[in-house]
Amino acid sequence: MTGITDAAPRNVLVVSDLSVEYRGEKRTTRAVDRVSFTIGPGEAFGLAGESGCGKSTAANAIMRLLRDPAVITGGSILFDGRDVLAMSPDELRSFRWREVAMVFQSAMNSLNPVMTIGDQIMDIFTTHEGMTKKQARVRAAELLDLVQIDAGRLKAYPHQLSGGMRQRVVIAMAVALHPTLLIMDEPTTALDVVVQQEIMAQIGDLQQELGFSILFITHDMSLMIELCDRMAVMYSGRFVETAEAKGLFANPRHPYTRALINAFPPMHGPVAELTGLGEGVRFTNIPDLVEVSPGHLAALDSAGTHDILGGRS
Amino acid sequence: MQFVLRRLGFYLVAFWVSVTLNFLLPRFMPGDPISRMMSQSQGRMTPEQVVQMQALFGLDDRPILQQYIGYWQSIFTGEMGVSISRFPSPVSEVIASQIGWTILLGATALLIAVVIGNLLGILAAWRRGGALDSILPPFLVFIGSFPYFWLAMGALYLFGVILGWFPLRHAFSAGATPSFSPEFIGDVAMHLVMPVTTIVLVSIGGWMLAMRNTMITTTSEDYVVMAEAKGLTANRIMLRYAARNATLPAVTNFGMAIGFVVGGALLTEVVFAYPGLGFQLLSAVTALDYPLMQGIFLTITGAVLVANFIVDIVYVRLDPRVRVS
Amino acid sequence: MSATDPSEVVILAAADMPEKEPRAASPRRRARPEGLVRSLLRNRKAFAGLIILAGFILLALLAPVIAPGDPSIITGQGAQAPSAEHLFGTTPKGQDVLALTLWGSRSSLLVGFVVGLAATAVALLAGLTSAFFGRAIDNGLSLITNVFLLLPGLPLLVILAAFLPPGLGTVMLVLTITGWAGGARVLRSQALSIRGTDFVAAAIVTGEKSLRIMFREILPNMASIVMITLLGVVIFAIGAQAGLEFLGLGDPSVVSWGTNLYWASNDGALMSGFWWAFVPSGAAIAFVAFALALINYGVDEVSNPRLRSARRRPFGTGTEVAR
Repeated sequence: MTGITDAAPRNVLVVSDLSVEYRGEKRTTRAVDRVSFTIGPGEAFGLAGESGCGKSTAANAIMRLLRDPAVITGGSILFDGRDVLAMSPDELRSFRWREVAMVFQSAMNSLNPVMTIGDQIMDIFTTHEGMTKKQARVRAAELLDLVQIDAGRLKAYPHQLSGGMRQRVVIAMAVALHPTLLIMDEPTTALDVVVQQEIMAQIGDLQQELGFSILFITHDMSLMIELCDRMAVMYSGRFVETAEAKGLFANPRHPYTRALINAFPPMHGPVAELTGLGEGVRFTNIPDLVEVSPGHLAALDSAGTHDILGGRS
Repeated sequence: MQFVLRRLGFYLVAFWVSVTLNFLLPRFMPGDPISRMMSQSQGRMTPEQVVQMQALFGLDDRPILQQYIGYWQSIFTGEMGVSISRFPSPVSEVIASQIGWTILLGATALLIAVVIGNLLGILAAWRRGGALDSILPPFLVFIGSFPYFWLAMGALYLFGVILGWFPLRHAFSAGATPSFSPEFIGDVAMHLVMPVTTIVLVSIGGWMLAMRNTMITTTSEDYVVMAEAKGLTANRIMLRYAARNATLPAVTNFGMAIGFVVGGALLTEVVFAYPGLGFQLLSAVTALDYPLMQGIFLTITGAVLVANFIVDIVYVRLDPRVRVS
Repeated sequence: MSATDPSEVVILAAADMPEKEPRAASPRRRARPEGLVRSLLRNRKAFAGLIILAGFILLALLAPVIAPGDPSIITGQGAQAPSAEHLFGTTPKGQDVLALTLWGSRSSLLVGFVVGLAATAVALLAGLTSAFFGRAIDNGLSLITNVFLLLPGLPLLVILAAFLPPGLGTVMLVLTITGWAGGARVLRSQALSIRGTDFVAAAIVTGEKSLRIMFREILPNMASIVMITLLGVVIFAIGAQAGLEFLGLGDPSVVSWGTNLYWASNDGALMSGFWWAFVPSGAAIAFVAFALALINYGVDEVSNPRLRSARRRPFGTGTEVAR
């Protein structure tokens, strides 16, 4: 898939043929295998797949947060036309959080347990904007206000807040510098259903207000259809299908997509029967995506079939 | 608060165990210790002392419970009996005269080892695979395998006997009068160099390695990754995010290390004839001065418990999660 | 901290396992002990340690062959420097230092390993019992363990050894009493962690007897941490025995590394500059302790891959790109 350059409006993120390997002492695993996608300004892009399919690895690669033994072995990542993979450490440091920010899965684990919430928010402003502590504190209070948290909580430690509050704090921190792209890695997985809905609403509101693009990662398909414009389904490091969100749900072309959708029946509507993939079915040799209808791509080869372990179907 | 109270209760239990141990041990000694001590003191023991010894060893006729209560009473009044080898000084006086030197030696050595060891550990973990990380830990571990007193002997021989750089024994030069003058302090410092250095050398490897391992674990935590994602400077991440959390186990270990350093200090004192409790303990053992031995044991134990309690209070200040009641 | 105290060594190894709620360990089938030994032999540190240790054990066993006769009899003039006749020289009394060092290894290694096994057995028992027989027993045992951990080691050793009849048995008993607590805490933590796994829960639900679960399900999975504990205690025992004997609380008639040093100090070898009288025994202790520590670090690296020396990129440079 070719990146679209110089087309207006310019794509916020263009990932082309990205490959990431984990190089261990004994063997090497390919976690992300020639993945390509684009995200436009103000667009919400969903990335779905089961645990271990590589979606988190791909997301972390965008900000080059992966540590040893991960290595980016191929492809390119263009952010607003800039080559992320060629950035120096200093460029990377000012790029991070200002242009792209990330919301991690567990807010409890991503907050420093021995620093107050306020200090951790102020960190952002004193580092990137060169503010004084006083100025930073004012901005921090404004941020908390944005997510409906009382400014008095600035002095609190992470363990003193509820799960939902923590997640909102982390989201507030992410939008602090008004980044162009927000990556959200399973932001609601650790929360209960009621709080989940609140957080999803919060995200939606913030996006309306601030206009950032979103890369939303989850294994729960039903969350995506509310928020996302376009979506991709990932399996074992490769994309198996990508399309407009509603189109994907209405007409899933790859059997894996179908199975994933069926695993999370919608909250409303008639009772649906759960049908999975079947015992022992594994996809191998996933071909490149081909267009099966305008804007809708799936990993089916020319015969419209797909490889599974043990033969073709 | 609850945390502090729980720890206090624990220390009281530990103290009770050590007092009871002190009480019971002499009573389980086989043979007749009194006659042994009398021959040891070459007939200089007075009848009052014999009576006191009998009470100490439970050889008088009071019922054991009464003896136990009596023993506790004497603990609270600070009466630990009369020393045999330094007759007729009471044990408490003998200990009080020399405990200062042990505290000086132990505290200096512990502080230097902890501060330098932990800093080295943080640096080694930060630059993993670098020179500091590959060479220093194995080397320091090797040095740390040496028994305290043997390294002390080697240092004494090399730097004292052969090179003559440092004084060979005691806390200050013979004939000098203790005062707070710069000369005296300098003299004390010179006498302190070798004993402190040997303790530091043996213990620093442990601190460095523990801190390095804790830092490695800490830097793979999510909040450090998030700090990186936030675009914070490497220094800030290392200090405020990683090290600040990694020092928490180090504080816990510090409490435990106090007990170990005391042991090391005792042996080092013997080698350098440093006039602290360790040296006293050795001469008490040689002279079969049981009351003094017991007194030193209780004093050291009490001091370690108090020090640990202080460390716990510091820990509460450092870790906000513990403050929740 | 030094490598001569069991709690210290175990702390080093367990720095990754602080005293907190047991982590949910991924369910593992019974671990195969042969796999552990094989990967140990491949680990450079552990291999080096094993070679050194084996060397010492060999020398200890062959002492009667290499240096026959009673090593404490006087065979030469006092305080002779190393020469062809006396490879390590003679003590101020006139005994052959090489013979004393060789024979000394027998007592020191014997006490070290006996105490190591005994203290580890006690620690294991305490740890397993703590993890397995309910909250009340756990609290009680933990209290006892923590008290023993807290009381300063050497003073406790001294006071125990002073009041009990002198002899090797006393030394072994006293060292075991002071040496078990460090391992107990770590083993309890590990046992609790394993107890929380699914396959143990399955065993409980299907009605397997407690003892059977303890020995057939939990214990094999603790192999590496038990080994670390054992080696740590052996290091402690050898060093502490030497310390006790140096203070004169051991059995001065027994030939061991510690008593050799005791006599070297007593006979003024140190102050008179007869270094050959005290260097060999101390160096022997150091090398054995170092060998054991190497094996320990090897075991730790094998079971905790994160600590293996990695090609780490400097912090803050971002993911490596190798297109």
